[in-house]
Amino acid sequence: MTEPSRIAPEALEAVAQTGSGFNPLLPGLILLLPLLGFLVNGILALIAGSREGNVLRSAALAEPDSEEERVDLQHKEDAPRRATHTLPTWVGPGVMLGAFILTTLNFLRMLGSGLQDPTVITYWSWMPTGTLAVDAAIQLDQLSMIMMMVITGVGFLIHVFSVGYMKEDPGYPRYFAYLNLFVFFMLVLVTGANFPVMFVGWEGVGLCSYLLIGFWFQDREKADAGKKAFIVNRVGDFGLLMAMFILFATFGTLNYQEIFAAAPTTLVYGGGVVTAITLFLLLGATGKSAQIPLFVWLPDAMAGPTPVSALIHAATMVTAGVYLVARASVLFALAPVSAAAVATIGALTALFAATIALKQYDIKKVLAYSTISQLGFMFMAVGVGAYAAGVFHLMTHAFFKALLFLGAGAVIHSMHHALHATHKDWDAQDMRNMGGLRRHMKWTWVFMWIATLAIAGIWPFAGFFSKDEIIWYVGTSAPFGPLYAVLWGMAVVTAALTAFYMARMMILTFHGPNRTGEAEGKHLHEAPLTMTIPLGILALLSIFGGWINVPQSVRDSFFGGFGMLPMSSWLDEWMAPVTAAADAIRLEQLGAYAYQSPVGGGHVTWGFIATGLAMAVVLAATWYFRSKDVPTAVEQGAPRSGFGKILYNKWYVDELYDRIIVRPVVGISRFSWRVVDRVLIDGTVNAVGAVSKGTGWFGSLFQTGQLNTYAFILALGALALLGVLIF
Amino acid sequence: MLVEALVLSALLFVIGTVGVLVRRNAIIMFLSIELMLNAVNLSFVAFSRYLGIEGQLYVFFVMTVAAAEAAVGLAIIIAVFRHYETVNVDNFNLLKW
Repeated sequence: MTEPSRIAPEALEAVAQTGSGFNPLLPGLILLLPLLGFLVNGILALIAGSREGNVLRSAALAEPDSEEERVDLQHKEDAPRRATHTLPTWVGPGVMLGAFILTTLNFLRMLGSGLQDPTVITYWSWMPTGTLAVDAAIQLDQLSMIMMMVITGVGFLIHVFSVGYMKEDPGYPRYFAYLNLFVFFMLVLVTGANFPVMFVGWEGVGLCSYLLIGFWFQDREKADAGKKAFIVNRVGDFGLLMAMFILFATFGTLNYQEIFAAAPTTLVYGGGVVTAITLFLLLGATGKSAQIPLFVWLPDAMAGPTPVSALIHAATMVTAGVYLVARASVLFALAPVSAAAVATIGALTALFAATIALKQYDIKKVLAYSTISQLGFMFMAVGVGAYAAGVFHLMTHAFFKALLFLGAGAVIHSMHHALHATHKDWDAQDMRNMGGLRRHMKWTWVFMWIATLAIAGIWPFAGFFSKDEIIWYVGTSAPFGPLYAVLWGMAVVTAALTAFYMARMMILTFHGPNRTGEAEGKHLHEAPLTMTIPLGILALLSIFGGWINVPQSVRDSFFGGFGMLPMSSWLDEWMAPVTAAADAIRLEQLGAYAYQSPVGGGHVTWGFIATGLAMAVVLAATWYFRSKDVPTAVEQGAPRSGFGKILYNKWYVDELYDRIIVRPVVGISRFSWRVVDRVLIDGTVNAVGAVSKGTGWFGSLFQTGQLNTYAFILALGALALLGVLIF
Repeated sequence: MLVEALVLSALLFVIGTVGVLVRRNAIIMFLSIELMLNAVNLSFVAFSRYLGIEGQLYVFFVMTVAAAEAAVGLAIIIAVFRHYETVNVDNFNLLKW
């Protein structure tokens, strides 16, 4: 006997919750698929793990005469591909494809439904304590849907790329297990319907980031880089936790919906509480998104495999801070000081990182600083209240930066093979050792130029629309007009620097004469199809991805093909339900003011100026570096003097942090160890022990083993007892 | 009559106690303990004359227990003697920390 109402209570509930016809299709499965992939790959990794260890051990035990023999031995060992290597190839990208298809279906459903309020799906009660009740619930709305599309879409492409890139690594299944786990946690982060669930994802991606940065943990330097990322992120997590505590103390709940609904009435505009909350949130965001002052971990994170850099440290995880600010847009709209702080930190970071990128020679380091710089742009956008613009740049950046990283991965892959084939111990990532690679890697060259033009902000590529929109919004914002004018200037300079260092990277890598060496040059080759096809798709997205959010005036101008573009301001309208509350607060408090550039001119004028500037810089850089004779890394070494040395050494920020934070902490720890722990605590414990021992020794004097002594004491005792009884 | 009996009993008891305390020969100490027991028995008997038959009852108990004790005690002493070839208690000092 079946009751009809028991068949699909979830479905009924979902419809009742939304009230707008958006009926999510198996949203839990989107999260579950990567987790499933993690479990399968994880089991395979455990099976393969012992063999991986054996390979390394036997390579070490064989005591080869030379480095060459050792490497050959390793390669001989992993030559046969077993099931533990072939299965992850299908499971890893397979679950991602499934998740991406499901996400797309849900996206299309949401597109058609005109959803206004977020759909919250509660699975179970996670922490039902007295006053704090936290549900394991996910929230589907426009923001989380865009994020899920980026994560699963770009994530899938990077998984496919990894198949080619990591094929020869003995830790192949372990790699895919981590990567799947990362995607799971990232999805938890963006779909969580309350702060604790989001925090689980937040910490989870941090864990996976740590595991993947230190993926080649036999290398001390790489393991340390993972630790550094983890520890620096803890500082940010402290901020996020503090923000959550204050939120709970203020609202008595941690659910997004309840907090954001109650915030405008509960909190005072510009008041201390909301400012504290948002500043702590900002601290959390700077940690995860590598902004000043917590950006130092991201360049070191490049120690991980390159697809990991593309997925975690460019496209998805590092944008979590931007997501957080956009998610808490209501709170930031209520705290103008914090919002200005967000924008200022973003602008400072963007400019600062861009200057460092000018003088880096490691191709991945250039991209790492470029990522920090672009994240600064996103922070600027969400800081001035242009949340949709921030998310827009997040999306386009995911496309072109993932493409750049994967392209760099293909280059490194090729360089590694070439250097490996001739046993040359040069750095495969140093651009000074490359040059002229376009003759060997035509497709990679083309795709990377597309991404470079996109990130430089040249029409009609994606970056032009997203980045220049941000610069436009930053121009004049409220309530601190002059500050924003300065930030605008910094943003323009950063945009020019971006065009310069990206062109420099491209010229050094792909143009000019080849510097790898005669014998090595023969081994340079294009990457396999599993690597170039994802690059091609990302290149397409880097071209067209910007066309979804073009202001009407631009669309009607030359830049929009005089109205030919299919959409105008689509993303702004799509995001409107998410940002409506924040926009209303800003409108009420700041009045209706127009975003504009501080020096006048409309959208279209500035479009010409921006793309013209970027183009000019790219051409200038191209001309400059092509005419320059580039020495190889071995010939040149590190810059020894001048401003270039300061930039090469990253403004000595790591050294500064070492002096003012790491060393004092180590000093305090040493004091705690030597004085507090060894002297005070150990001393007290030992003293207690010594007293007991002394008392025991004294007592033992009475135990002589002599029967007469005992009898005598017994008699004395009896007499004493008698005396007490009598008197 | 009672006073004399009790004085004798006290004398015997003190002699027994001193014997236990000052002598080193296990057999002598054992005899001294018997002396103490019998001193107490004498008090019991003396008192039972005035206070009822229970005193004599206890004397039988004490004698029974003393007989058992003597059996066990002598057995131990013999065992110890076989081991040490002496019954001087100064030599028996192993039971200490």
